[in-house]
Amino acid sequence: MEPILETRGLCCVYSQGTPFQHTALDHVDFQAYPGEYVGIIGHTGSGKSTLIQHLNGLLKPTDGQVLLHGKDIWESKASVRQAKFHVGLVFQYPEYQLFEETVYQDIAFGPKNMKLSTDEIDRRVRQAAGFVGLREDQLQKSPFELSGGQKRRVAIAGVIAMEPEVLILDEPTAGLDPAARDAILANIRDYQQSNNATIILVSHSMEEVARSVDRIVVVNDAVIPFSGTPREVFSHSDELRKMGLGIPQVTQVFQRLREMGMPIEDDCVYTMEDAVKALLELRKGGRA
Amino acid sequence: MLKDITLGQYFPGNTVVHRLDPRTKILLVLVYIIALFQAKSFVSYGILLVFLLVSVRLSKVGAKALLRGMKPVVVILIFTGILNLFYGTTGRELFHWGILTITTGGVKTAFFMIVRILMLISGTFLLTYTTSPILLTDGLENLLSPLKKVKVPVHELAMMMSIALRFIPTLIEETDKIMSAQKARGADFDSGNLLDKAKALVPLLVPLFVSAFRRADELATAMECRCYHGGEGRTRLRQLAYAGIDWAALAIGGAVLVAVCVLAYGFGW
Repeated sequence: MEPILETRGLCCVYSQGTPFQHTALDHVDFQAYPGEYVGIIGHTGSGKSTLIQHLNGLLKPTDGQVLLHGKDIWESKASVRQAKFHVGLVFQYPEYQLFEETVYQDIAFGPKNMKLSTDEIDRRVRQAAGFVGLREDQLQKSPFELSGGQKRRVAIAGVIAMEPEVLILDEPTAGLDPAARDAILANIRDYQQSNNATIILVSHSMEEVARSVDRIVVVNDAVIPFSGTPREVFSHSDELRKMGLGIPQVTQVFQRLREMGMPIEDDCVYTMEDAVKALLELRKGGRA
Repeated sequence: MLKDITLGQYFPGNTVVHRLDPRTKILLVLVYIIALFQAKSFVSYGILLVFLLVSVRLSKVGAKALLRGMKPVVVILIFTGILNLFYGTTGRELFHWGILTITTGGVKTAFFMIVRILMLISGTFLLTYTTSPILLTDGLENLLSPLKKVKVPVHELAMMMSIALRFIPTLIEETDKIMSAQKARGADFDSGNLLDKAKALVPLLVPLFVSAFRRADELATAMECRCYHGGEGRTRLRQLAYAGIDWAALAIGGAVLVAVCVLAYGFGW
């Protein structure tokens, strides 16, 4: 399958030619496929934020290419602008970017910049609001009257309303309570399924990534040391720990149990469902 | 892009000039400015120039850095120079065309005017280049403290100044972030006519103001939580104290001022 979004030999050097020169990305090859749910993990300063800002053309590569549907997004001025509409990017703490008088107008900001018709904008705003669970009567409120969690939903809806084929979210659940966190993750899942969109989720929380994504990409020190399914990635637990990332707690517990000599077949348990299965098998085995 | 703007002009260092008490430096700059406005002749300007050059040399601030600071005032310099050139009426006539006349007196005034502005700016830049903003406000507060007797809120003013300086980089970073976020939603800050550009700033300025107020609120709470209640009875981590070197520097500064004044008023130079 052709990747929908791809980087080839992407390099990014900040403050080139000064004493502050710093390589944030070093020949990075990254692929995202249509309909895929990708998780990007990496510690602070690993280059993951720089990477996602290249994916929608906010930053210009020092070297290398960013390809959307196989075409370089930096081909022309128009193509860079189009890339922003095809690849939606939700920044960390996006609620601080709200500015309009009403929630409706704020969500409509992106579609308006796309120069869509009023009817189409209206449809998209209502649909996006629906995805993130905003009620009809909240659309006419000022975004500044809402609670933190609701503001976050409005900001995410503002990007979803552009109906991007690829939706990138940088720590969308940071600072939210567990209920709001689960709700937002479910909203993102809904959007992915109904639009067959590609989702790229940047997160620090291993549990969150383990539960949601199909494939994990690890970013460390300006390169991608490895990527793969959560099972593959979490089996590199020592390397992950060295990068300061660690693995989900449940995986740690089961690794210790195996080390203690428990007969657990699954060598990488990373979700609660797997854990329950493994424990049930263990009990069965014990009885027999 | 915005990160490239250098607003904090402080160059950290450990030279004699850096180590001087901030009050000494503020006073010296004041003395220097007064002397500069008394100077009328090459001799007095020469004395002040030596004073300036020695200070620059001691501070190890490169001439390049000082000259870079001159860039924004080039227009003013040229304008002042030209204006003074044609306004002089003393001395021999050098050039005459219609109502425009250039005399030797005019050339001299124009030259001194430009030199004066240049020296004025270099002197004050040397202060900000070698003194951290915190020390600068501390020094100012201390020097202005006698005004507290006549109910001038000196401490509050100094605190406002430090907070403002402290938040400049934070707000720049914030602006960068909001700009990126709005660009990701297709905002266009660069194209269109002046009106379009002004309108495009709304999605940037509104969140920026909101966050500035939020930060101010949070800061106020944090300060109150640590029992801040204004300047009364407040002690400092860094106590300002004059050392021998400060007295020496002040003595030299005083001597320069006296010399320039004596030259100007005693001899008419």
